[in-house]
Amino acid sequence: MTVELRELRRSFGGTVALDGLSLTIEQGELIAFLGPSGCGKTTALRCVAGFERPDTGAVFIDGADVTRVPANRRDAGMVFQSYSLFPNLNVRDNVAFGLRVRRRPTAERHDRAAELLELVGLGGFGERYPHQLSGGQQQRVALARALALQPKVLLLDEPLSALDAKVRVNLREEIRRLQLELGITTIFVTHDQEEALSVADRVAVLKSGRLEQVAPPAEVYDRPATPFVAEFVGTMNHLPGRVSGETVEVFGQFLPLDGTAPGEEVDVLVRPEAVRVAPADDGRGFILASSFRGSIARLRVQLDGGGEVLADVPGHEAVRLSPGLKVDVTLVERPVLTAPRTAVAAPVEPVS
Amino acid sequence: MAGVTWRRVTLGVAGVYFLVPLAIAVWFTVYNDTQGFSLGAYGRIVSAPGFTESLLKSLLLGVAVIVLVLLLALPALLAVRLGAPGLRPVLETITTLPLIVPPITYVVGIANALRGGTDALAATPFWQTIISIQDENFPVVLVLAYVMLALPFAYRSLDTGLRAIDVRTLVEAARNLGASWPYVLFRVILPNLRSAVAGASFLSLALVMGEYTIAALMGYRTFPVWIVTVSGNDGQLSVALSVLSLGLIWLLLLTLSGAGRKSK
Repeated sequence: MTVELRELRRSFGGTVALDGLSLTIEQGELIAFLGPSGCGKTTALRCVAGFERPDTGAVFIDGADVTRVPANRRDAGMVFQSYSLFPNLNVRDNVAFGLRVRRRPTAERHDRAAELLELVGLGGFGERYPHQLSGGQQQRVALARALALQPKVLLLDEPLSALDAKVRVNLREEIRRLQLELGITTIFVTHDQEEALSVADRVAVLKSGRLEQVAPPAEVYDRPATPFVAEFVGTMNHLPGRVSGETVEVFGQFLPLDGTAPGEEVDVLVRPEAVRVAPADDGRGFILASSFRGSIARLRVQLDGGGEVLADVPGHEAVRLSPGLKVDVTLVERPVLTAPRTAVAAPVEPVS
Repeated sequence: MAGVTWRRVTLGVAGVYFLVPLAIAVWFTVYNDTQGFSLGAYGRIVSAPGFTESLLKSLLLGVAVIVLVLLLALPALLAVRLGAPGLRPVLETITTLPLIVPPITYVVGIANALRGGTDALAATPFWQTIISIQDENFPVVLVLAYVMLALPFAYRSLDTGLRAIDVRTLVEAARNLGASWPYVLFRVILPNLRSAVAGASFLSLALVMGEYTIAALMGYRTFPVWIVTVSGNDGQLSVALSVLSLGLIWLLLLTLSGAGRKSK
């Protein structure tokens, strides 16, 4: 079952939530809608679910235009951000709710509910009530409930954002496992880039109701299509550079350009892991701060000419590279993206 | 420790304030110097002409008011909450209006409307309608008037109940699972709103069982009106009636709150 969004536009009062969003989600694919709040990702999902109707444009599920089909006839299972279990029903009846609406016999309802609860790892929890479950368990039940009717599409609206970090990681892996097992076409809305990159087949990055880039996670990270994507996904350093021909000069290094540069004076976008830091008495800066994160340590380097650079170094080097140390900064030789020079980047004259 | 003591003292004072007059009232109804202890006053109530009739009429009016007020307020509240949250202050103001307009003004308005209406509709088929809503045995016009009066209480009770649940998410979850709007209302919202509905019902009923001004001025013999007429020259009887109607209301309150609690 494919899902196609065609030229979706939707505004609320003066605010434009969707501005001509077009996207096709393939059968069995898990696509993550990623973007800051207000980027239109949830509105897009709600258009697929039938809770919002686009001002113009159309939604197709499995080739059929469902734009005007009411939410209760859409055949799309949804898991919500807030706990959405019916408080007056026990877990089994929650899972079987959709079957009950469809007047399936009791035996079938109970069997199906038991089967699904087993699937989400909550076998034997059928008699409990929602308030007796933890947040993670509630979202598992919500997932089972959404899957009970074997919908064509699974819609996940930030299902993990109310949960603890550890539960969040476990559950997102579980969701991915289930999704692959059932081969169900899934849209996963999130503002958490790590979540999007780790579970999705493709990530669609949205900004102001428009698609900035849609690509597999590694591509979104390594080859961001726009400065916005580069900025939003992962951390980016903005380093002042000067373009000359096919290369750009940063810190005295000449790096090949990725794409075309927007001018001569540009910001060069570099990931912290592409920055090398080595102790040097005559270096161009000193370590301002270091935050240890286990496998890596992120260093904040103050440059002599003003401005800062973030650099990721292996965790075991954190002891050697301690704050106050004079260091030299170099960049890994590979094509770099550039953006128009912004006021954000402190003016640093490259030492050459 | 000081907190506990303080709480007990407060509770004690409040208890005395409420219970002593009540106890004295009950004592007054069952004892007098000449006859000693006797339940005669209560006996006189039941045998007084019009007791059953007016009580039943008021209860019936109460039920009609409850049904109507719920049918009116609940969908309106849901619609505003889900579709037009901006209109909430408007709804709040509208439902407060009946508290601001004095009942006497209200009665004059209704009476005028009925008189004018009867004249204006005299030549049309609606004349029969306007006459029948004023039927002495079941005055629909009184139901309509009480619905207005009950609206502020019902609205607030239901609003509190709706605040306690995430209505939008529950509605959307149910819709997503294939539920029609009536199914959502009756099988999803109402069961989770039981105590709020019970509260709204009780307040409406209590209002109907205690409202005197409108019924009296419009000439309907509801239970409160009957109490006043029958107790005119029998002190003991009138206090017995107050005690009885208080007991009746309490009984209803307990029943309704019991029904509300069952949902947990």
